[in-house]
Order: sequence, then structure tokens, then C-alpha cells
Amino acid sequence: MEGKKGDFNVSLKTKPRYIIEDKCTGCTTCVQYCPVHYPDPFNQDISDNKAVHVYFSQAIPLVAYIDDSCLRLKDKKCDICSGVCKTGAIDFRQTTKKTDINVGAIILSSGITPFDPSAKEEYGYKTMQNVVTSMDYERLLSSTGPFEGEVLRTIDKKHPKKIAWIQCVGSRRVTEGDNSYCSGVCCTYTQKQVILTKHHYEDVQCTIFHNDIRSFGKDFERYFQRAEQLPGVEFIRSYASIEKEIPETRNVIVRYATADDGVKREEFDMVVLSIGLNPPAAYKEISEKFGIELNSHGFSKSDSSNPIKTNRPGIFVSGAFLGPTDVPESVFTASGASAQTGELLDYRRDKLAKERVYPIERDVSAEEPKIGVFVCHCGANISSVVNVPSTVDYARTLPNVVYATEQIFSCATNSAREITDLAIEKGFNRVVIAACSPRTLEPLFRDTLREAGLNQYYLDMANIREHCSWVHAKQKDEATQKAHDIVRMSVARAGELEPLLEFDLPVNKAALVVGGGIGGMTCALSIAKQGHEVHLVEKAKDLGGMARRLHTTLEKLDVQTYLDELIHKVYQNPLIHISHEATIKEVSGYLGNFTTTIETEGRIKTIKHGVSVLAIGAEEYKPSEYLYGESDKVFTHLELGEEIARGNKAIINAESLVMIQCVGCRNEDRNYCSRVCCGHAVKNALKLKEKNPDMRIYIIFRDMRTYGFREDAYREASEKGVQFIRYTPEDKPLVEKAKEGGKDVIRVIVPDLILGQRLELTADVLSLAAAVIPSTSTNEIASHFKVTLSPDEFFKEAHVKLKPVEFATDGVFLCGTAHYPKHIPETINQAYGAAGRVLTLLSKDTVVASGSVARVNDYDCVACGACISACTYDAIEFRDTPKGKKAFVNPILCKGDGLCNTKCPTNAIMLKHFTNAALLKQIDAAVTSKDILEQMDAVLEEA
Amino acid sequence: MGNDILPKEIIQQFSDSPVSINMGDKNFGDVMVVGGGVSGIQASLDLATAGFKVYLVEKGPSIGGHMAQLDKTFPTNDCSM
Repeated sequence: MEGKKGDFNVSLKTKPRYIIEDKCTGCTTCVQYCPVHYPDPFNQDISDNKAVHVYFSQAIPLVAYIDDSCLRLKDKKCDICSGVCKTGAIDFRQTTKKTDINVGAIILSSGITPFDPSAKEEYGYKTMQNVVTSMDYERLLSSTGPFEGEVLRTIDKKHPKKIAWIQCVGSRRVTEGDNSYCSGVCCTYTQKQVILTKHHYEDVQCTIFHNDIRSFGKDFERYFQRAEQLPGVEFIRSYASIEKEIPETRNVIVRYATADDGVKREEFDMVVLSIGLNPPAAYKEISEKFGIELNSHGFSKSDSSNPIKTNRPGIFVSGAFLGPTDVPESVFTASGASAQTGELLDYRRDKLAKERVYPIERDVSAEEPKIGVFVCHCGANISSVVNVPSTVDYARTLPNVVYATEQIFSCATNSAREITDLAIEKGFNRVVIAACSPRTLEPLFRDTLREAGLNQYYLDMANIREHCSWVHAKQKDEATQKAHDIVRMSVARAGELEPLLEFDLPVNKAALVVGGGIGGMTCALSIAKQGHEVHLVEKAKDLGGMARRLHTTLEKLDVQTYLDELIHKVYQNPLIHISHEATIKEVSGYLGNFTTTIETEGRIKTIKHGVSVLAIGAEEYKPSEYLYGESDKVFTHLELGEEIARGNKAIINAESLVMIQCVGCRNEDRNYCSRVCCGHAVKNALKLKEKNPDMRIYIIFRDMRTYGFREDAYREASEKGVQFIRYTPEDKPLVEKAKEGGKDVIRVIVPDLILGQRLELTADVLSLAAAVIPSTSTNEIASHFKVTLSPDEFFKEAHVKLKPVEFATDGVFLCGTAHYPKHIPETINQAYGAAGRVLTLLSKDTVVASGSVARVNDYDCVACGACISACTYDAIEFRDTPKGKKAFVNPILCKGDGLCNTKCPTNAIMLKHFTNAALLKQIDAAVTSKDILEQMDAVLEEA
Repeated sequence: MGNDILPKEIIQQFSDSPVSINMGDKNFGDVMVVGGGVSGIQASLDLATAGFKVYLVEKGPSIGGHMAQLDKTFPTNDCSM
């Protein structure tokens, strides 16, 4: 790679697949005939695959490839696959292909490599058969895994009855070959594996040996509780080591220690090593080729004021190459990298990209319904319970069904193409897909109809997974019967479906950003740098938000200098219009066309905008416990940081300082972790040790949650003499005022869990890790913008992983601590992420509105207003018509939720795509009149 | 960050220069994304939707990365595929 931002020349080498991609249909006939078995890397080498195979059943592209184990490639011996391939897709003449491309920017999303425990003998991996990694275990759990979703021991194909998980394998260790940082995801993925294991097999005993439980993410605390409360699940806080394998049973002995019982040895049928995340295997190569710097751990070296940026202009980083991250962060940093690329390359937007073109829609309204039915196995998710072939046979007997077949994964690329091709070939005009919930995949299947030249509303999904196989796993016959019923109902409805038109709405190209903290300003600036007007609304007199009270970060960012520069840039940008001391009065409109009325510095202002970003931040909990507000020696961590920055002598020269963690959260009132406090405590402790090395500092904690690279700071604090004392919520520290040597002090009494005694600490200063709580204006803002809240009253994103910065309400986005507590670099990344998503809308001239909306029949409307009060989107209003006042549904605002038509006393409102005709047909199909008569007879007989 | 954006005049010159005529060339793109895991896929989708031509480069035979190997995802137990 060479060049500079805006003009990089990259030379790519493409390894040969030995398959002509355009010709391969992914049918896997070649795989069946290939004589070479070799360990399947996708299944972690637990099961075998063939030398020619498709990487996994839902691979994209769904094209086979041939690897080095092929006999033909080795010594030109075998040619079976070429013989059986009907499309002539096998091509052994392929060689490494070199392509030169020129691009304006580069995003490195190189991900992670799972830690390899086989490098260290002590983990017993590869030497003991029943020691597996968490990645192996993922495959064991998966229905597309080596044993089709059965958790079996490879050696004897037995179900393990007793499974142990060992946490922090390869993480949080300074020994050679391990990583010093915390991988951040292992605690929660282990809880997931425990929950799924118990779901698979109720009687399995699960034991988890762990350090701290690091449930620092949104909804993680509840998830941990869910795992912990399952019967037969035990979390043991202890270092655990693998002692030996019992030769006869191949069971594994784990050695651990508890405070009550001392050292113990226990036998397990299987041990799962919860391995951490390493940087990408080729990190040195990436660094050299792209000329970017790495940190000491081999991840991208980040500037905490903008982690996505690298030292080389035009090259950005997203995902886990930034450091160990979970899926949502990988997703929003990707959108963030997209935003920063957009800032750089805005001048060439829309010059190269091409619109997707669909075939012209066929008018089938005059035709009789001709329905094609596709029944999905969903790997084994459906077919392990429901008899799929019998459901297909049954579908063939239903009225209007002209074709029915089964598919392993209807959502796989080749299956979707099969649906399109068959629809054209057999001339269907309706399609029923019996698979999963329409929630995730309906758009994909609608697309297959459009590809076939059919109106996309001619699709119906019969949910035989969530509504059937998943909930009736133990009643296979009844589940199959129910699948028949669901398919029959779906076919009945499909016959009544009508084509609907979607329409394009113009997009106002301006954005509204609510909240002028770091999140709001970063987002506003990025949108403005991509050429769009931004209205930034701040309730306070000045910009800055919570960051005004922060002075440093663990990454040593000078927050105030950074903040001043950011504010300066915001004021300098001619496209950003700032309103101070502003409150939102009214919000109306919809995606692409919002109108927001605000009051700012005593004046009313109306803003028209296409999208909204809510970055209203969070607040600090004011403790009612531990003498807060009753003694001038008690502070919150935030206040302590401010006092240190101010150079308060009473604090800096204190002899002894105690910090208490988890104040106001991780309790019944607030069942979540505030995420930032452990890092905050360590940061303050290090700062104090730097200024006064003799100060005695005690941090009284429940779990230290210094995830990621913050673990290094935790270790540093410990090395510098900061004492960490653990407590449990059942036995909280006691705090009282006292006098010692004539001076006022705070006495903190805390149980010592290791020695079983009570420790008495004398503190000159007590600092409390006060919870981060939702902003007091959250509810009001949420009702203005019609967005929803999570159980903890932070903003609720549309989808935890797939849509982490948008709301379910179209055109409204979120970022920063209003979503959940987070550190400054995380807020910055998320703010760029929101900007990236905003630009996917603002860069377009139009957006598409759904065709499935309500419509009022003026003749029947009696203008009672019941529909207007039922609508939560303000989509209905009265309009004067020649027939008098009538309700009118604004099709753009309507979300098609159907609340109005259930309230209408005269049936004047109908919801398109969910018409009475179609629903009644579906209900009629649910129970036949014969069944009803039989039931009535039975009742009469009893009487 | 401020100087990452070209001033308006230069943008004009740039888009009128012969370079813009070459933009139709087969191997001329806007962005290269290295790695086809969940992050690389999301970055590519966002960029393409926002009007850029993207080269997504993956070393393996399929996109999906490690997430494709996961059975379910926390904390919702959604299917990772």
C-alpha cells in the first residue's frame, strides 16, 4: 500500500478458490463426493469437513472453495469434484490473482484472534480431550456445529453432566504468553453459555470459577443474575487450575480454593476455558503495511480524543482492533469510521456508487392466487422438533398452493435466490415462508419477491420457530401438528394479500442535536463536516455538559483543554447553529421532515430538520448514604477529581483516603452497574499517589470492573500500594464520624472476607462512587420524540447489536451517556457512530415510507375521535371534507400498529396488509367448522 | 480534525480535474475496508448507503468473522447469524 489520504494505491492478492464463483450454486454436490476429510476450521477442528466445501451453511458468498488438503492440488491424483459439478465451476487452473485498486480512505476492521491456550501447558488444552475453549463450546452449542447442537464430548460422544468454566484464561495475567488486559467479554459470554447449556440440558451442573464478575455493559447485571439464579449453577470466586486428567474416564480435576474450605479438588466431565481476545494474528504485518502505530498489546494505538483515527491520515480503525470490544461497540465504531471517512471524502460522495435496480413489478391482481410455500429447517432449530418434510407435504394439499419445498436455511443467499428463481419459473404470485419471526428477516424475504418482479407485500411469514419449535421442544408430534396449523393459516391469509405501494418522502438535509456535551458536539461537528446544517440545542448556558467536571482520564487526556478545543471548533463551524438555555416545547413530523419548537434564552424558535440525535447525557447520583452531605470530608468521585484538579490541600495532603464503590447502583433501586466508577476510582487514586506517594488509599469494592486496558491501571494502583478490599452487598461498610489524635476523621468499618475479621480504617477523606443516573429530562425528551426507555430509564436503542445508535422511531438517533454510562473515548466513538448512521439518511434525497398503513373510509367515519386518542404517533387528525369532519391518517406518520382500527366503532379504519378480509380468512383457517361442531357436541353431551 | 476537509475551492478543482473522469475506472473506489467481520460489514454498509463505492477485503472464504461462529449473542440471546 502506498499513497496518502484521498489517494491510496493498494495492491491486493486474491488466493485461488479453484472454483469459478459465478458458476458455483453452493449446491454442495462436490462436497458429498470429495474423498478427503480434514478438520473443519469453522467448527474449531472438532468435526471434519472435506477438501472442497462451503465455509459454513450461511456463508457469503455461498460458494465452495478448495483448500490445501486437496489430493489434486497435492499430486494431481483426484478429479472427482470436476466430474460431479453440473455447472462446471471447478477450475484447478486458477492462480493467485493480483489486483491494484485506488481508494481515498482505508478502514481497518481486522478484528481479534481468540487466545490460544495450547501454547501454555498448564491449561491442558489439546493434551486433555475434555478441556475445550469457549470458542469450541460456541460451536458445540450451535445447531450448525459439529454435533448439530448437541453438547457432546468428542472422545466418547457422551453428554457432559458436570461442566466447569475457568475465567480469565489468557487475560489479566502478567505471565509470559498471557495478556495483562481484561478482554471484557468473557464474563458475559460465559453467562450466556451457562444459560444456553441449562436450556439444552436442565440437569447439567455448571460451575464457574472467576475473578471479579465484570457485568459493566447495558443489561449485563440482570443477565448475570439470570445465570446465577438458575438451579445447578454455581459461581465460585477463586483462581482455578487444571490439575490432571483421569485416564479411565477422561474427566478433568480442577484445583481451587475458597475462603471457607481452603484448597479443594473437584472432578468435571468437561472444562471450558474462557479465553480472552488477542489482537489480530497479523497485527505486525498490518502495522508495517499500513504504516500505523500499535499499542504495547498489539492493538491499534489510539488517541483517546478520537480512537477511530490512526496516526496516518485517511486510515481509520473500527471494531475489536481498537481493543477488546463486544458486538455493539464493534458496530458503532464501524459507523463512526464511516462518518470520519465521510468527512474526508464528502467531495466525492455519489460519484461511483450505483443504485440497485429491481425488475419491473408484474401486475398479478387479475390472477387467481398461486402460492409457493417454503418450509425452513433453520439448521436444526426447527427440524429437530417439527417434521419438516411432513409439513411440506401438508402444504401441498392446501388450496391455492402450487408449489412447496423445504430449505435448510431459507435466509441463506442460495435459498433466497431459489425462492426468486422458483417464483419466476413456477409463476407464483404469493409466497409463504414458514420459518422464523418476521421481525428480523421479513425485509430480506420481501427483497426476494422484488427480485422476482412481485410486489413485496405478497409475502407472508409463518412463524414455526419462535411460535412453535422453540416453545414445544419436548412435544414433537404436537409441534408438527401446530406447524401444519400455522402454515394453513398463513396460506389462507396469503391468498387475500394485496399489492401495496411504498412512497418516497423528501428529506430535509438538516439535523437537530439535543445536548451540547462531548457526545452531542462530536456528533454535530461530524455531521456538519459532511456538509449538513446542524441545530445544536443545549439546556445550559454553556456547552460542555458533564465533561466540564472531568479533568483527566485514565488514558491521560487533558479533558478541559480538549473540551475547549471542541467547543471552539463547534462555534467556528458555519453550519452549526447553537441554541443555549433551550428547552424543547414541541416536536412534530417524521423521518425526513421534523419540526421542533424550542424556547431559547426567552425566545421561541422553530427548527425544521430531517433527523434528530438525542445526546442529553446523564447525571450523578446524590448519595443519601455514608454521611454524604453530613460531613465535609465526604465527596463523590467526581467531586474528588475536581478537588484534586483544584489543588485542594486538605485532600492532597491527607494521610488516609477511603473510597467506597457501587454507591446508589447495583441495588434494588438501580439494578445496573455504572460502568465508569471503577476506572474513575483507580484514576483518582493514581493521581493522588502521584501527588502524595505516602497517602494510604483504600478502595472498598464489590467487583473491580476495570475492563479492557484499564486493567493495567488497576494493577499499577495496586503496585503503588493502593489497597483493594472487597465487600458484599449483604455486609456493607459502616461509616461514622470519629475523633483521632484530636482531629476529626471518618471511621470506616469493613469486613475482611479473607481473614473473616472486621477492619477498621481511619480516613481523612471518604470518596463515594456515586452512580451515574439518567438525566432528569429523559422522560420529557422521550415523550417529545416518541422514543422508549430501558428498564433502568436510559434511552433504549432499536437493537442492542444491529442498531446500537438508533431508536425504534425512524430518524431519531442516540449517543453518549443518555444511552448508558460510558467513558469519554466510548462516548466519542458512539457520537461518531450516530453521525455515520445519520449520514446514511441525510445523504439521500428521499426516504421510503411503508405501504402498510391505516386508511379511513370517509363514508363510515362518524368523527368520534377514538382513533385519534388511540394513536401514539399523532398520525391521525380531523380534516374538513365535503362530507363533513372526518378522521385522516397521515400515511407518513402511521407506523401500521393497528391501534386505531381496533378502537373504531364503525369499522371505518382499515390497516393495509392486515385487512379484515385477510385476518378473518386466517382465523377461519385456524379452526375448521367441523372442529367447532365437534367441540360443541362434546360440550352438549357433558351437559 | 479541522484540516481533514478540503476547502471548497479545492473540492471544485478536484472534481473538475481529469481524476474525476477516471472515477469510472474499474479499480477506482472510495474506500477499502479491511476485514469482513461484523465491524467491517457494518462500515461497508454504512459507507455504501451514504454514497461511496467500497472494496471490502476479507482473507477468509466468507464474510462474517468470528461472530458467525458464535451460537447466540449476549445479553439478549439473539441468534448471531
